[in-house]
Amino acid sequence: MRRIVLWTMSTIAALVLLIGYRTSTMGPAALASAGDYTAGTTTVTGTGPGVGTFAGDTVQTRWGPVQVELTLDNGTVVGATVLQHPTGNSTDEQVNSRALPILVNHTIGTTADQLRAHGVDMVSGATYTSEGYQQSLQAALDRAGSGTAAPVVGDATTARRTTA
Amino acid sequence: MTVDGTWRAVEHVMGMPISIALRGAHAQSSRGLRAWSRVMEDLRHADSVFSTYRDDSVISRVNRGQLALGDLGDAVGTFVASEVREVLELGEQARLDTDGAFDVWRSRADGRRHLDPSGVVKGWAVHRASEHLRQLVGTDFCLSAGGDLVAHVAEHDRQPWGIGIEDPGDPTALLARLELRHGAVATSGAAHRGRHVVDARTGRSPVAVAQVTVISDDLITADLAATAAYALDDGAITWLGRQDLQALVVWQDGRSEQVVPARPPARRTDKMAC
Repeated sequence: MRRIVLWTMSTIAALVLLIGYRTSTMGPAALASAGDYTAGTTTVTGTGPGVGTFAGDTVQTRWGPVQVELTLDNGTVVGATVLQHPTGNSTDEQVNSRALPILVNHTIGTTADQLRAHGVDMVSGATYTSEGYQQSLQAALDRAGSGTAAPVVGDATTARRTTA
Repeated sequence: MTVDGTWRAVEHVMGMPISIALRGAHAQSSRGLRAWSRVMEDLRHADSVFSTYRDDSVISRVNRGQLALGDLGDAVGTFVASEVREVLELGEQARLDTDGAFDVWRSRADGRRHLDPSGVVKGWAVHRASEHLRQLVGTDFCLSAGGDLVAHVAEHDRQPWGIGIEDPGDPTALLARLELRHGAVATSGAAHRGRHVVDARTGRSPVAVAQVTVISDDLITADLAATAAYALDDGAITWLGRQDLQALVVWQDGRSEQVVPARPPARRTDKMAC
């Protein structure tokens, strides 16, 4: 199990680099191979064998440190998050000032209070139609904040309209 | 009304909800409210020009052969003509970037081509409309159009906006959360509307990919890229990496993958008048 996790992490770290960094202005344009990286050890926070979140050690690459976290369910990788990725010049830091998405992967509640307690101000999802919106998490947030001051104004002429 | 100092409102245009959250100096001021009105005015204007669901829109008239793209200026004025040109140029660039998987031109059954710029218009219109909010001094905003959003934090000592990304398998659950001070997040998938995005070359809906979220400096880039990567299906990750974009891709089997850029994405909007 542990060996599989280690192998998967090093592979994912290499894949992330292959995909994300091959046009980097910092490094050579040539594609890197998986052999350029050494796998770290894992920190297991799961509840049983093959279940939970596994944070890999920080791995040094030629572009900088990379750390990957895997979420396993019954031995299957269901999520991979890059916890750390290289910084080193100003343009990279500019991009990295945007936080990477951290996998939550569970229901944190459907009320505005529950969402805000988890630091969620807005929700990004596949485009809501005006009809589908009413049941969405975003609607819960909007309802809690708008009260009667900003009534929902439907637009009957375009209500069936959807855009990508 | 504000909760925790955040003022929120929602209105509907283009068949989708437009949600706003404001914090800071103009969260409740008349200037803040005026800026929000202008955002909605801009979006209603964009709908009147570009909607394929309105018979009287410029695009519908072009599709019926009543207006020619070549001399739009005489018929609808130079301002609207320049807007149409700008949107079609963005569509053409996206077509080139995706080897034709994304295309604002569609072929009808009778072989005639017609325009459907919907995939470009939302990101373009919301990006532009958000400028009204950016001019509110000392005010943070988050503006979402049907789940695609622009975020801005005016002061360094303020919290970033917390953005939840929906789980495509369960719209009442969140898959991920991220923090954003300046930038845009767009998500494309079938969760709320069934299968609507197709590869323009084949007419096929994605089968391997469930949802694509792109995080970028501006909503034009994020919205186009999320739609294009989703249409590219199992080619999404490779394409997003090549475009140097930051993204979260969810597959139909529930796996998710992140793409991390090495340098800032090409800023297509720098030269645009806002």
